[in-house]
Amino acid sequence: MKFAVVVFPGSNCDHDAHYAASQVLGQEAELVWHKDTSLRGADAVILPGGFAHGDYLRTGAIARFSPIMQEVKRFAAAGGPVLGICNGFQVLLEAGLLPGAMLRNRSLHFRCEFVHVRVEQVDTPFTLAASPSQLLKIPIAHGEGNYFAPPDVVERLERNRQVVFRYVTPAGEPTDEANPNGSVNNIAGICNEARNVVGLMPHPERACELAVGSADGLVLLQSAVRRFGTAGATVSVR
Amino acid sequence: MRARVFVTLKPSVFDPQGTTVGEALHTLGYTSVTDVRQGKYFELEIDAASVDDATRIAAEAADKLLANPVIESYRIEVDQAAALAGAKR
Repeated sequence: MKFAVVVFPGSNCDHDAHYAASQVLGQEAELVWHKDTSLRGADAVILPGGFAHGDYLRTGAIARFSPIMQEVKRFAAAGGPVLGICNGFQVLLEAGLLPGAMLRNRSLHFRCEFVHVRVEQVDTPFTLAASPSQLLKIPIAHGEGNYFAPPDVVERLERNRQVVFRYVTPAGEPTDEANPNGSVNNIAGICNEARNVVGLMPHPERACELAVGSADGLVLLQSAVRRFGTAGATVSVR
Repeated sequence: MRARVFVTLKPSVFDPQGTTVGEALHTLGYTSVTDVRQGKYFELEIDAASVDDATRIAAEAADKLLANPVIESYRIEVDQAAALAGAKR
C-alpha cells in the first residue's frame, strides 16, 4: 500500500512517519509538500507532528489554509483513512475534520515522555490490528495537548465510541495521575463519526523499533497495511 | 478604520496561563487581584464605509479565524475617532 505524509513548513515528524511506513513496514511512502494539490494516489494519509506554520495564532490554525488540505478533506469525505499525529491532530481539529480543540497543558509544561494509552476502539483503519483494550507505551511531546470539547460533544463522542485512545496507568487504569495534560476523560485520541479520520496526541511513529524504547506504535500503521491487504507486510521488529 | 478584537477563553474553559499569572501576582503581593484571564489582542485596519461595516467584517474575521469558537469568545471595539477622521478625508 501507499502512505502520503504531508509536510507543512514546521513539520518535524514527517520523516519519522515516512521511515516507519517505508523502512520498518516496507510500504510505499511519499512526502507531499503542503502546497501540492495531489495526494499522489495514496491509500492512507498521515498529518505528522511538529509545529506547522510555527503554531502561529493557534496550533494547527494556519495549516488548514494549505492547498493540500482541500485534497485531504476530499479524501476524508470519500472515506479515505487519515491519521493526524500530535500537531497533525491539532490540524484536524482546526480544519473541522474532528470535533473539539486543544488547550495548553494543565501543568503549562511541555511534556516529553513515554505514556501508556489504552486502545478503546479497534474498528478504525488505524487500530484494527490491535486487540481491544491493548496497552501501548508510546511517547508524547507537546505543550498543547489538553483536549477540550463542550460537555454535550464529549458525551456524544463517548456514546458513539469515538474515543479511540485514552491515557492510562501502566496497569491500564484511566486515572488522573495517568493524564499528562488534563484532557477531558483522559482522551488521547478520537475518530470522526465515519471512523476513517483518527487523531491522537502521542507519537506512534516514534515507537516503531525496540531500539528507541518501544515498538508499540507500529500497530497503528500495521492496521492500515492490513486494511489494504498489501503483501510484504511481515515485520521483524528491531 | 481600526477595529480592535479581544479574544479570550470562554468563562467555562479553564485558563491555566491566566491562573498561573494570577498566582504570580499574589506572590508579588497583589492579593486584591481575584482573577486573571489571558487572551489575544488584534488590531485590524479595515477599509470600510461605516463603523457597522467595520464591526461586521471584524466579527466575520473573528468567527472564521481569529477565535476558535469551541474554546474562545471575542469582543470588538471599532475606533470612533479614527472612523470620523476617515469619514472627513
